[in-house]
Amino acid sequence: MKKEVPLIITFVAGMIMIVQYFVPHWPFSNLQQMFNNWFLIITVFALILGILNLLKNHIEKVSRRRKGWLYSIVLMTGFMIMGVAGFVWGPAEGRPFDWIYWHAHVPMSSTMFALLAFFVASASYRAFRARTAEATLLLVSAILVMMSRVPLGSYMWSQLPLIGDWIMSYPNMAGQRAIMIGIALGVVSTSLRIILGIERTYLSGK
Amino acid sequence: MFLLFFVLAQGVIDDVDVVNSTDLIEKSEAVHTIVQAPPTQIYTRDRANDAGGGIVVFWKKSEDDGAGRESVIEYHIYRGTEADGDFELVGTAKAGDTSYTDITTRDGTPYYYQVKAFDGEQHSSAAVSEAAYSSAQWFHTGRISMLIATILISTFVVWFINKAKRGHELYIRPIAGLEAVDDAVGRATEMGKPIMYVPGILDMDNIQTIASMIILGRVARKAAEYETAILVPCTRSIVMSAAQEMVKEAYLEAGRPDAYDADKIQYLTDDQFGYAAGVDGMLLREKPGAIFYLGGFYAESLILAETGHSTGAIQIAGTAQPSQLPFFVTACDYTLIGEEMFAASAYLSKEPLLLGGLKGQDWGKAIIIFLILVGVLLVTLGFTDVIGWLSTGQ
Repeated sequence: MKKEVPLIITFVAGMIMIVQYFVPHWPFSNLQQMFNNWFLIITVFALILGILNLLKNHIEKVSRRRKGWLYSIVLMTGFMIMGVAGFVWGPAEGRPFDWIYWHAHVPMSSTMFALLAFFVASASYRAFRARTAEATLLLVSAILVMMSRVPLGSYMWSQLPLIGDWIMSYPNMAGQRAIMIGIALGVVSTSLRIILGIERTYLSGK
Repeated sequence: MFLLFFVLAQGVIDDVDVVNSTDLIEKSEAVHTIVQAPPTQIYTRDRANDAGGGIVVFWKKSEDDGAGRESVIEYHIYRGTEADGDFELVGTAKAGDTSYTDITTRDGTPYYYQVKAFDGEQHSSAAVSEAAYSSAQWFHTGRISMLIATILISTFVVWFINKAKRGHELYIRPIAGLEAVDDAVGRATEMGKPIMYVPGILDMDNIQTIASMIILGRVARKAAEYETAILVPCTRSIVMSAAQEMVKEAYLEAGRPDAYDADKIQYLTDDQFGYAAGVDGMLLREKPGAIFYLGGFYAESLILAETGHSTGAIQIAGTAQPSQLPFFVTACDYTLIGEEMFAASAYLSKEPLLLGGLKGQDWGKAIIIFLILVGVLLVTLGFTDVIGWLSTGQ
């Protein structure tokens, strides 16, 4: 029963979701929204599990003075401050929670995002080394696309933006679509395997 | 005589004045009563492929809409439940529009519609439409092509699964990234370092995360067999719970339940870049011997993969986000491109039933390639309607 019940639930839920895609009539019309709502409710309760797990790990880290335990204190302090600000004054605009969000959280997130520029540079340096024919093709395409996207490119040669557009619209688009078709089929196949109970790894099935 | 002439002349002038002023008043009234031409040919249709509650009203544009006096600025749509009863305004449509969808109807109730052209001050006259009824449909006709494709591909998948059940051997092309999974775990074991498994930033309602969890089960089992620690930082609580169960079951199956440590599968944060920072920190502190990035990723993919690369770990990535694939290809040793990630479970287990699903998927791909070629040929020959049918079924 430990395995059969989840398999039955998966099969029924999967079939209902397939049917509701093709049947707009009630009761199928509201099923997707209803399932999404259920998922949101479960997510909210699961968040408690996540928070407990987070606190447990960091309290343990501090109590055992593990490497980097000071950072755990920073994390828990931040957690407490945001929690108190949210519960006491609410998340409305202009309140402490909102102020901390805009003046601490958003700048820190932006900083992490900005690191991407440096990582793109280092990754590009490795990828664009012309060691093989494919890497050389990648290098030439990348230079053409990059130059076509900056004013200097069109200043050097007015046709360069057209070449950049052509690369993006045809070879790049064709490649992306091929990947997308493969992904769509992979999704269908995986979904079928799960719905039909053939894929049971998630139930510890071999 | 002069006096008589003056009096007569004055009378004539007065008459002329009277006539002129009357004429002016009439002309002035005429200017106010000239209204724009009304929209014509008003008819209605039940909104197609819906769950009911919708009627579409169509009309032919007023002659003064974009032509004539060009005075129409919008259309006002009125609705009543009796042809000669009261009508109430239910919506507006801008000049140039020829239809309006009323989504506030009750199925089975007769509705009559009027459409009036409006110039900012006055309404045109309007005829009343025939009675219209809204209703729900039992089949979405715009999705016929999708239904056919689903049935066809599902048939292939089920057929090959049955074929595998009967004992037929199925050939699956080698996938380098999946061949390397065991090597990566082995390498981490030899180095005495842990494995890190990053399941992406999407929740359990996403198929990529589900596929990732399935692969996690396989990787965790191998890690348990090799007695290597596995770290799983999660960005969603449900994913964390699912990952804990997967890893726990894998350790049980491997006969090492004592080695399972739930604290190694931890929740970090729901925030995208907060998660990236947290995983980066773990990568630099723990220096894992093998890193797996399998699931749904966005902008954080390169931040993670480049940091992982700097630690010298062997990296295997896989995602169905085409925009993130180039980053993984650049920064990782092996990358599972889209469908390869969904094939991982079958490939790693070598189970005939799962491999049958993969084979069916390949046949689906062959059909799509064939349809693309047919579509290209038909469009080249001028049969462009086929594109519309394939897109919407209409």
